[in-house]
Amino acid sequence: MGRLPRWADVILTPLISVLLAFAISALVILAIGESPVEALKVMVEGALGSSYGWGFTLYYATNFIFTGLAVMVAYHAGLFNIGGEGQAAMGGLGATLVILSLPWPHWALALPAAMIGAAGFGALWALIPAWLQARRGSHVVITTIMFNFIAAALLNYMLVNVLRPVGSMDPASANFPAATHLPKLSEMALAFGITWGKNTPANITLFIALAACVLVWLLIWRTRLGYEIRAFGKSEPAALYAGISPVRITVLAMLISGGLAGLMAVNNVMGEAERLVLNSVEGAGFIGIAVALMGRNHPFGILLSALLFGFLYQGGGELALWTTIPRELIVVIQALVILFTGALDNMVRRPLEWVFARSGKRD
Amino acid sequence: MDFATVIQILDSALRLMVPLLLACLAGLYSERAGVFDIGLEGKMLMAAFCAASVAYATGNAWLGLLAGIAGAVALAVVHGLASITFRGNQLISGVAINFLASGLTVLLGQKIFGLGGRTPSLEGAARFTEITLPFADALRGVPVLGRIYADLISGHSVLVYLALATVPLTWWVLYRTRFGLRLRAVGENPASVDTAGVSVTRLRYAAVLICGLLCGIAGTYLATAISAGFVKEMTAGRGFIALAALIFAKWRPWGALGACLLFGLLEAIANRFPNLDLGFVTVPSMFMNALPYILTVIILAGFVGRAIPPRAGGEPYVKER
Repeated sequence: MGRLPRWADVILTPLISVLLAFAISALVILAIGESPVEALKVMVEGALGSSYGWGFTLYYATNFIFTGLAVMVAYHAGLFNIGGEGQAAMGGLGATLVILSLPWPHWALALPAAMIGAAGFGALWALIPAWLQARRGSHVVITTIMFNFIAAALLNYMLVNVLRPVGSMDPASANFPAATHLPKLSEMALAFGITWGKNTPANITLFIALAACVLVWLLIWRTRLGYEIRAFGKSEPAALYAGISPVRITVLAMLISGGLAGLMAVNNVMGEAERLVLNSVEGAGFIGIAVALMGRNHPFGILLSALLFGFLYQGGGELALWTTIPRELIVVIQALVILFTGALDNMVRRPLEWVFARSGKRD
Repeated sequence: MDFATVIQILDSALRLMVPLLLACLAGLYSERAGVFDIGLEGKMLMAAFCAASVAYATGNAWLGLLAGIAGAVALAVVHGLASITFRGNQLISGVAINFLASGLTVLLGQKIFGLGGRTPSLEGAARFTEITLPFADALRGVPVLGRIYADLISGHSVLVYLALATVPLTWWVLYRTRFGLRLRAVGENPASVDTAGVSVTRLRYAAVLICGLLCGIAGTYLATAISAGFVKEMTAGRGFIALAALIFAKWRPWGALGACLLFGLLEAIANRFPNLDLGFVTVPSMFMNALPYILTVIILAGFVGRAIPPRAGGEPYVKER
């Protein structure tokens, strides 16, 4: 089998995989008696047709950038972190504790502190699985799944028994003080005299997410640690031989991964809900898996696929609103994207390799 | 706590154990053959939906069981294709299957029944009803043993007894048949099985299909015996608890029974006493719900004996290497 040219490996294979996933999604829509074209129209109209739609699309995309980057960093170290959901939930707890424990005078002061709280709690939640994998050889996939459930239980306990304000029946924390509210993109646009995305949750965290993309790229491809992470992910024995400590890389990669997942809380807890509620992550941790796989574990790819999933998420909500298609359609699309870009990769790659090997011979 | 309460809790533990046990044994076949499966949850969910839909449409629980098995096996085939034929990442495939089931069940349920993802309630023959074992009522008067026989052992649906019978059956298949020997070998060292002239692919597919079959029964039990119909996300993490039980049991059938019984008991106690008062401290229900996961992590950490998975687990077999 000949190897694929680089452009085919980086662009063509994932593109075909995603198209296959969408084609089957279209068949699913047909099977439930709806028109895929109509559905797409509603989705595009609802998610991209107005600044209101864009405001939500960008808000969701911000979440997915963080969770996608989280999966990516672990993936480069050869670790599959399915714990983004729990880590993001714990990030929410961290941000909430930071914001509610001090009387912050201004959001610009609260933001870095909340970021540290969110990333710290997320990283801490990834630390135990990482340590168990590195020291005791227990599989990080299983432990991160378990930690998702433990996080949900812990969060439930904290909200019901500790953080719930006196007299409130709702399992949620107190509302964050007005001084800690992050500026929304719509308010920032208004400052420039532009009316854009009124009443949408997209906020300043988007820029933090974009910065995170750049920083993660620098980390993985331009630093010594990133090199060690990639070397370890490619071949553990080779990395060991080169003097790279498996324990150190496993723990560091998972800490960074958990920290990135935790940072998502700045967007959804601090930026949107402005209090901590049950299940605030809403599956974004899992969508990160699809985003990272589709983005080929590269920050730029992740940015694009996070935007696509932001569009799907917002469009899916619109579908549920205007048609009889439930928003669970998005879960199906997400599953198919994971299946085709992640697990059935060889199904696309093998015929392509064959095609390229044949055309190569003819030249 | 009196005797009647103990019997009630054990009875409820037995019921709650069944789906865990079936899913755990399902995972056992698959993982013993070297195919990791974190898609047990999805297969159970799909089976629960198919079983409830067909049982409602036909009014026959047995047809529901067939449909449930078909639903789970279909997803098992997808997992087999991804992880055996196309040598993809088995963990990613499992994740995809969980989401596929979670989305498709609601999508189809809404389309067919229009109840927001639920199926209508099942009644009569559409459910697996409780069967009374012979002499159960006559023997109830016998102290202790009579009560145990009549109220604990008797009075379950046929699927409960089927699940319990699967444990010795699995032990026998695994340790006393040629198929079982090869199955275990293919999970430890597939190259040796291949050298002996036995197809690794066929063995692994067989294991994955058995896994689908058992998940199908587990899902059917959830939708047609424990409850009366399908509800969105009704598996509620049981597939992952089963996975935890499998590790707890160190991939052995009798161990699986013990682990699932323990986890079933935990769930039953958590249901019965939402806030468990131990005198010196009150244990919140959230802690009881999280206990299976916490226990698994402790086991995984190797503090209570080491759990070593089948050696070739998770790795696609490449013949020509």
